[in-house]
Amino acid sequence: MRPREEAERPRDESLSPPPAGRPGSGLARDEAAGGPVRDPAVKGRRRGGGGGRGGDRSMVPPAEFRSYYGRPIVKAAVWHHDVAAYLFTGGLAAGSALLAAGGDASGRPALRRAGRVGALGALVASTYFLVHDLGRPERFLHMLRVAKPTSPMSMGTWILSAFGAAAGAAAVAEAAPLLPERGVLGVARKLLPPAGTAGQYGAALVAPALATYTAVLLADTATPSWHAAYPELPYVFAGSALASGAGVGLLAAPVAQAGPARRMAVFGAAMELYGAHRVETTKGILSEPYALGRPGRLLRTGRALTALGVAGAVLGRRSRVVSALSGLSLLTASLATRFGIFEGGLASARDPKYTVLPQRERLARRAAENGGAPDAKTQGPAQ
Amino acid sequence: MAGPNSLYGPLDPAPDAGHVDAPPRMGFFTDTSVCIGCKACEVACKEWNLIPDDGFNLLGQSYDNTGGLTANSWRHVAFIEQPVANRGGATDSPGAFAGLPVGPSVSAHTAVVAAGSGQDMGTDPGIPPAVDALAAAATIAPPRAEPQFLGMPMADLPGRTMDAPRSDFRWLMMSNVCKHCTHAACLDVCPTGALFRTEFGTVVVQEDICNGCGYCIPACPYGVIDQRQDDGRAWKCTMCYDRIGDGLTPACAKACPTESIQYGELDELRARAQHRVEKLHEQGVDSARLYGNSPDDGVGGDGAFFLLLDEPEVYGLPPDPIVTTRDLPDMYKRAAVAALAMAATVVVSFLGRRP
Repeated sequence: MRPREEAERPRDESLSPPPAGRPGSGLARDEAAGGPVRDPAVKGRRRGGGGGRGGDRSMVPPAEFRSYYGRPIVKAAVWHHDVAAYLFTGGLAAGSALLAAGGDASGRPALRRAGRVGALGALVASTYFLVHDLGRPERFLHMLRVAKPTSPMSMGTWILSAFGAAAGAAAVAEAAPLLPERGVLGVARKLLPPAGTAGQYGAALVAPALATYTAVLLADTATPSWHAAYPELPYVFAGSALASGAGVGLLAAPVAQAGPARRMAVFGAAMELYGAHRVETTKGILSEPYALGRPGRLLRTGRALTALGVAGAVLGRRSRVVSALSGLSLLTASLATRFGIFEGGLASARDPKYTVLPQRERLARRAAENGGAPDAKTQGPAQ
Repeated sequence: MAGPNSLYGPLDPAPDAGHVDAPPRMGFFTDTSVCIGCKACEVACKEWNLIPDDGFNLLGQSYDNTGGLTANSWRHVAFIEQPVANRGGATDSPGAFAGLPVGPSVSAHTAVVAAGSGQDMGTDPGIPPAVDALAAAATIAPPRAEPQFLGMPMADLPGRTMDAPRSDFRWLMMSNVCKHCTHAACLDVCPTGALFRTEFGTVVVQEDICNGCGYCIPACPYGVIDQRQDDGRAWKCTMCYDRIGDGLTPACAKACPTESIQYGELDELRARAQHRVEKLHEQGVDSARLYGNSPDDGVGGDGAFFLLLDEPEVYGLPPDPIVTTRDLPDMYKRAAVAALAMAATVVVSFLGRRP
């Protein structure tokens, strides 16, 4: 059975490069030069038989699979970089709101102010990115037609709306001291601070949901490397949000008040690095897209900048300049990590290998559990 | 309405979606063993549903110049060339393929040309270039001195010289379509309610509601639904919702000259398909298998299912699709734990002495 099947294989995967993001990336060419078999007439070839694949970056043993002319099976998300940027700004808004609430509760006005303003800025950017990414931006209000628990995007819309109202009130309240003391605006000057405080704590309550729902948003797709990462992705995003919120604090607050931001940076970075490490190492072949090409470079950059930022936050606690630089480093790290996760998923959708091989493994496992060797007729879902 | 199997497992979808006195669930059974690759289904679908063209491409993959299901192609006929006899039995002669390339019908040259010259399909992501097109470019051998067989007729009259027996060759053809899953991920994740479950158990996009968020596109485990670029909205097969409500047959099934595409009540189609696959096994076509017919599979069974003659991935179908929302409760739980950890982290960070 086996030899014949190999002979009738409609395309040979030894021609296919490892997942290199999109075709045409530098990596695709690097990797291709080493491996492929020249003569498509050779029968019964095996991947890796060419001897050129020995030293490449493949993290899992080469496996065989067939596909329809190498075309992707699942479609990659049509989201542009708007959505990757939103992953960052949404997390930044959440982290900043938490920073503001903590700063206010513990009597650190600089953290409060930085957090509130940072949250509003990130929120405005988030809204812009989300609306801009729609195919029909003028219909963005259709998002509010339904509240649908099976759709993380619908849940996220409502989370963002609630957060937006609260965080907006908190940020506007920061302008209260600028208003005149008399007249209608004088009344506003008196009413704004309590409204701002309420908004600030309301936003802080919603913030953790805002920071983590985006992980569910990505994971609840058929994009192989996103879905496989669903147990740890919320930790990556929560940690990244904390670190970026801490980055705002380190950038904006004087060293005397930035102590909690330093601790937030350390905890957030630890959570993020743990989650990212799990995603990058425990998913078998589905970890691969996070290590190769642009996504791999972005995630490695993110990791390095996170480490740098944490080191600066801990060691530079007496220096305003070092603190600000480490804050900047944490913010950039969060941005790089989000783009890395985003693009890694897209790369996994573009190569049919990541759809077929894990599903084949699942079928083989199931067949083994049922006590029978896999055979052609029972291998499909039609069992 | 919402029951224990609403996210995963066997289910009758229309009553679960809230339809009272729903008619029987309707579906397609596509029997690829009798498909002749005429593409009448593609054409009929385009005409009835007024779908724009998707570019006029030559893709270099056999007679398939559609490429796949996109926002502008709701039926897609796949062509696979294989050097085996269509009996399912072993081939005993080297056949006409001796010494010739028998791999993909895409040569390195055509792959490169196709990757570089394809027109825009007007959809997003549409049919992206094959991942290995540029890898194939690296494998192009320098022009050889000796002449290559080009598939042209011989110089002599046919039959006068018999240099090879009849070819052991088969052509697999399959008309692919939206599966109208029992558990449709596209419908589950749609944040606007644009996608809905019809009384016939099918899944349809309401074009006046869809705002082009694009979430359904990566959610589909089959890669069916797609975005139209100049329009921004998501489009896919409706199983001719505007026809079947009037008791008419969907355009593709109506146009199919070999009854490869059969439309009817799903229960009846499943029985018919079972009968057909048993018949084919009796006739020695061991490779025949049903795909998407079982209510116990990862999407709760497809409303449009298939009889295939090779592994699903050969046709560009996932071998074991699972609706992504099966894991959604678990995802929410883990996100909630992470959110709590985040809140706790902030509390701990701000504990301690004041400045």
